[in-house]
Amino acid sequence: MRVISIAQDSPEIAGCEEDSGIVRKVNLPLARREFLKGSGLLMGTLASGSLLATLAPSTAWALEMKKLSTAEGQTLMAMGRILFPHKKLPDAVYALLAKDLDGKAAGDAGAAKMLQEGIAWLNKSGGGNFAKASEKQRNDIVRSMEGTAFFATVRGQCITSLYDNDMAYAVFGYPGSAWEKGGYITRGFQDLKWLPAPSKEASPPPFLG
Amino acid sequence: MAKFDFSDDSVVVVIGSGAGGGTLANELCQKGIKVVVLEAGAMQSQASFINDEWKSFVQLAWLDARTTSGSWRVAKDFAGLPSWICKTVGGSTTHWAGASLRFQEHEFRVKSVYGEVPGANLLDWPITLKDLEPYYAKAEYKMGVTRTNGIPGLPGNNNFKVMHAGATKLGYKDVHTGNMAINSQPRDGRGRCMQLGFCFQGCKSGAKWSTLYVEIPKAEATGNFEIRPSSHVTRIEHNASGKVTGVVYFDKDGKEQRQKARIIAVAGNSIETPRLLLMSASNMFKDGLANSSGQVGRNYMRHMTGSVYAAFKNPVHMYRGTTMAGIIRDESGHNPARGFVGGYEMETLSLGVPFMAAFLDPGAWGSEFAWWMDHYTNTAGMWLVGEDMPRETNRVTLNTNVKDQWGNYAPNVHFDDHPNDIAMRNHAFTQGERVYQAAGAIKTYRTPPYPSTHNLGTSRMSARAQDGVVNKWGQTHDIPNLFISDGSQFTTGGAENPTLTIVSLAIRQADYIAQQMTERAI
Repeated sequence: MRVISIAQDSPEIAGCEEDSGIVRKVNLPLARREFLKGSGLLMGTLASGSLLATLAPSTAWALEMKKLSTAEGQTLMAMGRILFPHKKLPDAVYALLAKDLDGKAAGDAGAAKMLQEGIAWLNKSGGGNFAKASEKQRNDIVRSMEGTAFFATVRGQCITSLYDNDMAYAVFGYPGSAWEKGGYITRGFQDLKWLPAPSKEASPPPFLG
Repeated sequence: MAKFDFSDDSVVVVIGSGAGGGTLANELCQKGIKVVVLEAGAMQSQASFINDEWKSFVQLAWLDARTTSGSWRVAKDFAGLPSWICKTVGGSTTHWAGASLRFQEHEFRVKSVYGEVPGANLLDWPITLKDLEPYYAKAEYKMGVTRTNGIPGLPGNNNFKVMHAGATKLGYKDVHTGNMAINSQPRDGRGRCMQLGFCFQGCKSGAKWSTLYVEIPKAEATGNFEIRPSSHVTRIEHNASGKVTGVVYFDKDGKEQRQKARIIAVAGNSIETPRLLLMSASNMFKDGLANSSGQVGRNYMRHMTGSVYAAFKNPVHMYRGTTMAGIIRDESGHNPARGFVGGYEMETLSLGVPFMAAFLDPGAWGSEFAWWMDHYTNTAGMWLVGEDMPRETNRVTLNTNVKDQWGNYAPNVHFDDHPNDIAMRNHAFTQGERVYQAAGAIKTYRTPPYPSTHNLGTSRMSARAQDGVVNKWGQTHDIPNLFISDGSQFTTGGAENPTLTIVSLAIRQADYIAQQMTERAI
């Protein structure tokens, strides 16, 4: 998959209701349509006015699939939203799950078969289109698949695909690497004010000499 | 750095460069003894450490093939990853949090104090706290432990403020920012803690003690020291009289080499150390080296562990600053009225978003899990760590069905929680939750054990040869010029984070080895 980063000159912006500290730049995946040769395409836009939209230079995103179809990718995204439902996470993050699973499918025929059969089962159980089934139905279907290799693969992939990317960091309020910013010694590591402060014996003042 | 010949049989070969091996090597070099350290992992540095949880994990963690069995939850959640320890120069002193606590007096003689505990293979250490005290003092000085040697405590971060507020409200008295081998002010050529929040990923500021950039450079400066990174030892050899003579290892190019030695010290952490002894079985030592007792690999301990996370109405930003930023010690004593023997420590801990997702509740999914991730900013966390019971059946063995990249049997780690471990964990979970509720938590969560960071006991120390693998100096009962120099020596685990004790034992062992060499006893 070709991903054109659109983060080249987005400034670092403080956000996430942080008292201090800097939220990392957001790298949205963006594929150029004229280059597409893949099996499918996932695309969308970030909701205008959302936190991420204010961080990203463009609200449009697109991901090219290598093995799975667009519809199959969308089914995986819908399953990801049932497994780890985050209202604040945009579709662009769930698309990373589809992209990473597609990468597995493209590199391994056995994995492709297992994923495609699992997706087909989701859709069949959902009356033809899993994503269009009711929320309760989608929950029941996913729960019924617990213990299968397909379920374990998708759930396991979610952990890194959904939670280890710049968009998730921004949404959950985690600034990531601190070294190049000098750590937190002067950036709020003890700025909590809503509880009584410990004594100097329990917590001596920082050395700032 | 010195360079020693493969055939130089006057050197001490130390296998592993972590808390035990790295310290022992430097101590020996300072006494004029020639040392070759063989380290399975690659060389990193403060510059190459990465402030990124997964990338750093791949850079530092021991990820060779391993298997698990038993009823412990780690076997289900992380079947191929029983432990979270390191394969890198400096070993797990790159990853450790820095907590440096002495054992309590009674923890060296738990069989006498606790009495008979069914299903536990308890034994008193052949040494006492009094024996180790001078070496604890040397280790604390060497490592620059806060609240010793006039070194101030570290400043507490937000995560500690939450713990402290709850703990004091609950009536706990012994609550502070800990005894940490992290510089609170510049010392020993290293700067003070920058509150990076990436202690587990290798300290980029160098404020945290690690053999990588403290002991090893000092050893190198003596001219008596050679370290060979990416050198994986697969076998210890011996002669007809039963003395060890050298080691066989794969070097950085994957070529098999043989290094001769006068003395061999094994410090590969408590999974690889017994594995190497078992892999070195011969016609003379059919059950593995130093295993006449049958105790090699047995009594594997991993500390009773668990974590409590708590969400609050207001922000905490627990990721800011020292990972283990403070401690509650009130539960660390032995008080059987609580329904278990031994005690536990409560220490702050934080994870970044990527590891929170991986470790909060492995295998979990759905809206409750998502709720916790959504409240990451307002979350505080603590780790619970206490003494677990040694059991003969909790053991490291060779798994003849699985091989590593060198074609050798992978280690299998079998562990069943002892009822005492479970009772202690439940008590600790309850107290951890009460601490956070006292601070105003809106919700608390009991997080199961992570892959083991404290691996102990698989070549334990004993007064009698039939009860353990090494004597009170870490010298194997069976082979006088073979030593064990890591946490494998621990007869029992204590409640405390083990590194300070490992370092103290290594300093003490170096004195003994030097004396034995001078006397030509070995």
